[in-house]
Amino acid sequence: MWNSFNTASPQGISASVTTIAGGNGDQIHAYVARPEGSGPFPGIVAVHHLPGWDEFYQEFARRLANHGYLVICPDLYCRDGHGTPDDIAAKIRADGGVADDRVLADCTAAAQWLKSQPGSNGKVGIIGTCSGGRHSLMVASRSSDFDAVADLWGGGVVAPKESLTPKQPVAPVDMTRDLKAPLLGLFGNDDQRPTPAEVDTHEAELKKHGKDYEFHRYDGAGHGFFYYDRPLYRQQQAMDGWGKVLDFFKKHLGGK
Amino acid sequence: MCTMISMQTAVSGSGKGSAGWFPISQANVGFDHATHTQAEHALLLDFVNPTLGAGARVAIEMDLASGRALVAQLQATINEAEKSGFNE
Repeated sequence: MWNSFNTASPQGISASVTTIAGGNGDQIHAYVARPEGSGPFPGIVAVHHLPGWDEFYQEFARRLANHGYLVICPDLYCRDGHGTPDDIAAKIRADGGVADDRVLADCTAAAQWLKSQPGSNGKVGIIGTCSGGRHSLMVASRSSDFDAVADLWGGGVVAPKESLTPKQPVAPVDMTRDLKAPLLGLFGNDDQRPTPAEVDTHEAELKKHGKDYEFHRYDGAGHGFFYYDRPLYRQQQAMDGWGKVLDFFKKHLGGK
Repeated sequence: MCTMISMQTAVSGSGKGSAGWFPISQANVGFDHATHTQAEHALLLDFVNPTLGAGARVAIEMDLASGRALVAQLQATINEAEKSGFNE
């Protein structure tokens, strides 16, 4: 729960940028936020959104660390050049996004990095928003490295065949049978991608395959309602959603 | 939403970015998350030169109505230029 720490025993965090061996052994940047102390700490891979490896995601990682998680946020665009996050994101958009296989490799490498850290409790979750939500779901369907997955308004989870590309050749909804971790989904009912109907389709598939999931849908919210740096922000829904995220990871990964 | 609506066309000209003028070789047109405009989504128009790096970019965000008006005025201006004998 946010803002529920005991003032008699406050815990700080530290944060830094490191370099890890991502997919194909490529060296990529990763933002790391870790709680003070020796642990044991569960880990979380934070998968940044289409707007890039940006300041929002640095703060996102620090919030999770504040709640007892060792967090790593790999720069999925690191191989594509450097500059301001919005310039890099513009390049990636024009290039049609990043390939799912590369994202999978980078995220599993990040999970392995977390598990290798002193103080790891051996459990790792994955969370992302927007394209990062789709990526998180895709990764947790194709890798056994994760103990919980949170998809926050991931667009393109349900996708018509004509929208598939060589970089994103399979819609994550079609990977549902293979989903290997419990799933949390947060969605705004005013979102246009995913639409409520697409969320329904995804939920029906999860039920069909007997998956462990919980979806929370918010009225008065559209896409990206956690984004306090954008007009999409919805305070009440965002704070409730953060509570859902923290409860979910505490249940499946441990932590506080 | 991440619409991933993005199209490209080759262009020949120059743009003025944060580091001054530079030759542009490509226009990227999209409709997706806005970075600065106070709207959920925007028409995104980037004039870039990939050979000079991701920062070689003149970026515009506008709403769809502005985009339609711009297209109409671009076409009208091109028509006037051509009527005046300018074809290059």
